[in-house]
Amino acid sequence: MIDLPVIQTHRLCKSYGRTDAVRDLSLSVGAGRMTGFLGRNGAGKSTTIKMLTGMIRPTSGEGSVLGERIGDSEENVQLRRRVAYVSEDKRLYGYMTVAQMIRFTSGFYSDWRPDTAEFLRCKYELPADRKVKALSKGMRTKLALLLAIARQPALLILDEPSEGLDPVGVEQLLESLVTQCGEGTAVFFSSHQIEEVERIADQVCIVEQGRLLKDVSLDDIRQCYRRIDLVFPTQPHERDFRLEGVESVQTSGHQMRILASGNVNEVIERGHAFHASEVDVAPVSLREMFLSTIQENSHALV
Amino acid sequence: MLFKLTASTGQALYVQLTQQIRHATECGILKHGDQLPGIRTLAEELVISPNTVAKAYSELEHEGLLELRHGSGAFINLNRRTRSLMDHVESARRRAAELIEQLREDGLRDDEIRRVFEAELLSTRKAASRR
Repeated sequence: MIDLPVIQTHRLCKSYGRTDAVRDLSLSVGAGRMTGFLGRNGAGKSTTIKMLTGMIRPTSGEGSVLGERIGDSEENVQLRRRVAYVSEDKRLYGYMTVAQMIRFTSGFYSDWRPDTAEFLRCKYELPADRKVKALSKGMRTKLALLLAIARQPALLILDEPSEGLDPVGVEQLLESLVTQCGEGTAVFFSSHQIEEVERIADQVCIVEQGRLLKDVSLDDIRQCYRRIDLVFPTQPHERDFRLEGVESVQTSGHQMRILASGNVNEVIERGHAFHASEVDVAPVSLREMFLSTIQENSHALV
Repeated sequence: MLFKLTASTGQALYVQLTQQIRHATECGILKHGDQLPGIRTLAEELVISPNTVAKAYSELEHEGLLELRHGSGAFINLNRRTRSLMDHVESARRRAAELIEQLREDGLRDDEIRRVFEAELLSTRKAASRR
């Protein structure tokens, strides 16, 4: 059985005046999966997430979340019941205590899980009677996460959830996301912490300048992506190595570094054909793949 | 059982998991009937996607090495077929060990030996697919 995507957009655009924050973004996020949403600052991640959660309207294009159209105000009400969203600014009421905030939120959701809320409050070490405004940034994040998870959402969207958390907090966050996913929730989260994404994500989507550059599984990055370092007796030409699957080529004197998403053997053969004296093949980390993707496309887009 | 997963080794995490479980049965750390944690529990323990554990378990189940019982977890199943496979693997390892020892005596470094093996695996696989 193939589940329908939980998030699907088609040529989604958002402009602010003459600035395009999101351009022709076509995104598809699988059910039951952990999907990392990567991009530099200002790449359009938060704008995309705000459109998906109905906070802002797209300028053009369309999208659906859990089968409901975004931008349709009636469907959006339905949607907000089934999607939990932890925003960058973690909107909470400062004058309430932690316990009040939990009780207040629970009233809005019919399948609220009080046991989960209490379990997480203890795990995250949130003092029940402390006012929200007196919480540290990390504690606010944890409270927002608790409120999102206790609702048992079908889809959990998080914008930079690990920002402001200490290493223990980050670990608790990742554990909670894994638990949620194990219960069948699709998790879609943006992050700058590439190593965290690499650990828990099934899939990553990379955006740059409002466009989707890559949508690839971590299994594929680990199994298919390779960095190939070549040394030649004479200066090599980049164009000779622009084979299918070659994502980026860097040259420096007699050396060449190629990042390939497949076709690695052909690249190696081509290297031998040009009398490479050294051929070294190594796996690629998500960080390396991300940086090279951004670099390769910043030339192309400008 | 303790697992050791590395994020960037060029191997999918589910492959690392299946190999470590397989290895543990080959060297007797895991025995017939031993129970492994459930998918969710192991995912939480290792802080990895539950889909990764599910994929590893289903692969091992397909091989017949793991029996998944709904609700009660995963059990190691060493039947005759998997045992004879293990004997083959065991003898292959002995032969590989001898060959590696010879190559070392010939003065090859470990990374060179590894590259020779990988290159040969690739080229023989290619020859087989051309046939």
